[in-house]
Amino acid sequence: MNNSILVVVLASAVTYGTPLAFAALGELLTERSGVLNLGVEGMMLVGAVMGFWAVQHVPGSGPVALCVAVAVAALAGGTMALIHSFLVITLRANQIVSGLALTIFAGAGGLSSYLGGVLNLADAPARHQFNAFLPAGLRHAPIVGPILFDQTALVYVSWVFVALAMLYLTRTRLGLNVRAVGESPEAADAMGINVTAYRYAHTIAGGALAGIGGAAFSLAITPQWVDGLTEGAGWIAIALVIFAFWRPGLCLLGAYFFGAFAGLPFTLQSRGVTIVPELFQALPYVMTILALVLVSSAGARRHLGAPSALGIPHVREER
Amino acid sequence: MSFPLRIERRLRQPRWLSVAVPVVSVVVAFGAMTLLLLATGHSPGHTFGRLFHSAFVGRSSLDATFVAATPLAFTGLCAAVAFRMNLFNIGGEGQLYAGAITGAGTALLLHGAPGPVAIFAMIVAGAAGGAAFALVPGLLRAFLSTNEIIVSLMLNYVAGLVLTYLIFDSRSYWRDTSTPDARVFPQGKTLPNASSWPTAHIGLIVPLGFLVAVVIAVLVHVLYTRTRFGFEVRVIGDSPRAARYAGMRTRRKIIAVMALSGAIAGVGGASQDGDFRHVLDPRGLQQSGYGYSGIVIAALARYNPFAVCVVAFLLGGLQNAGYTLQGADFPSGLVGVMQGLILFCALGGELLVRYRITVDRRSSRRAPAAAEVAP
Repeated sequence: MNNSILVVVLASAVTYGTPLAFAALGELLTERSGVLNLGVEGMMLVGAVMGFWAVQHVPGSGPVALCVAVAVAALAGGTMALIHSFLVITLRANQIVSGLALTIFAGAGGLSSYLGGVLNLADAPARHQFNAFLPAGLRHAPIVGPILFDQTALVYVSWVFVALAMLYLTRTRLGLNVRAVGESPEAADAMGINVTAYRYAHTIAGGALAGIGGAAFSLAITPQWVDGLTEGAGWIAIALVIFAFWRPGLCLLGAYFFGAFAGLPFTLQSRGVTIVPELFQALPYVMTILALVLVSSAGARRHLGAPSALGIPHVREER
Repeated sequence: MSFPLRIERRLRQPRWLSVAVPVVSVVVAFGAMTLLLLATGHSPGHTFGRLFHSAFVGRSSLDATFVAATPLAFTGLCAAVAFRMNLFNIGGEGQLYAGAITGAGTALLLHGAPGPVAIFAMIVAGAAGGAAFALVPGLLRAFLSTNEIIVSLMLNYVAGLVLTYLIFDSRSYWRDTSTPDARVFPQGKTLPNASSWPTAHIGLIVPLGFLVAVVIAVLVHVLYTRTRFGFEVRVIGDSPRAARYAGMRTRRKIIAVMALSGAIAGVGGASQDGDFRHVLDPRGLQQSGYGYSGIVIAALARYNPFAVCVVAFLLGGLQNAGYTLQGADFPSGLVGVMQGLILFCALGGELLVRYRITVDRRSSRRAPAAAEVAP
């Protein structure tokens, strides 16, 4: 039963969806504070390369090294996001251009490739990697075993993060402030909320989560350093935020949905089903466009929640 | 709690600043690059020397730089045309693919036609393909106010997948299926000789595509500075509200500008077929990322069409050098890092052009001033 095509596809959806979930959750926090960061792909790759470097060099047992590696990946991603924050929040640069610059600077053919080369990371297997760790009885349970329990710790961490983000945004004072900053920075400013600090904090947190998402590739899925190993996952994460209407719970579901499409062609082909792989790979993008069209009709926009001040710098003197 | 620096908008932008700021940006970027190279144990002088040499010294370097610069000039113009109206078409990549598909298809259809006819038809077909593809985000933006950034970005991937499908996973018109070998190792049909674009030999070998890009830059400049259309585009870009009060038809302008922007990228795609590749080449096109570099170029050129051509040449040199020097003894990824750093510095420098940074004396001296008054 566990070998049936549906179970295999769902299990791979969770595996491939996890890096997307981290990165999209990060971008969601960033966008909720009114900052658009198109540099997710670059931040993921730098997180992936630095996380992999850490796991190769940190002494200690597997779990310790892996925890340190994830922390290093988050730090690396956050540092990249700091560049973007400084440019767009303090210097009021164009957010789109700055985000793309970040991807060019940090992404494949940029800093991540540079670091991978300088630190000599290519062509070596990871010293430690994230494995499924739950007892075999659970992992081999019918249907739910492979999908939910035969997974790495990162999957469960992503669930915790999504739950925390939901509580944070909707049930805490800080979360309310974030939403105010993203919807109407002038009103937030007038209430005495430090718009600049909130935007910095959430952009950097978003970068850290993207870094962890990258590490999910280099420490769990691949697990080694290959130049450009995220293969556009960062862009899908940006699409996912819209697809999920800026809500963390939907973000996780969407990540698994997109993850399923990423893994589906391989699964089907290995079973001798002839399909056009490009058709499946294009579906997430087409569906994102459809979701976006749905969100953009005026009435839906109010209910579904694109932050109104997304992409607009807040300049107190000019309001 | 008072920050001693104040940032205030300049009422007038001095002319010398718009030259000084980009120059200083590049210098700062090179400074940051030097630090990075030193930190990783590379010799900055040696590395920069090699980079400069293989980009701009000697005839063969310059010829290769023109080859690298040609697509960048097209995608740079594509971005500049749209960004000028605050229309963020970042789909130059996909529109270039679309133009490459229609351009190559036309060249194959016109098998046997004389050269000039085939080449002209390729340019038109490329422009039409790119424009049609750009109309998807354009129409959605105009009629449903859907965010054109994400739609055009998503369509880049769709176009890339279509490109792969045509050559690798179907028996399409573009794919070569004439020999058993070509059926096993998928590749595109070679375009007829007549559809190879000529090159201009003016001391250096300049591809026709680059000259076409320069002509387009001139036309765009005239369109944007000398016509009513261009005036309205600039007003809409600077202040959509003012444009609406003045009764300008914003919707039509959005559609027209998106189509124009896509058409330029599409001609860039046709130029890839005709100038360099002579085959529809999914891998080569997708590895290059011309569209994204084009946005960098447009931003560095501050959306000025002539500056786009110059910046495309300079960054083309950088890419060409990075490609030539690729190897064990040259740090990989250096070119991307440099492009990113230059753009970061230029974006930061933009602030100096638009705003004035002053040290706020009042807040820092308030306490002593009060003490003086007291007695």
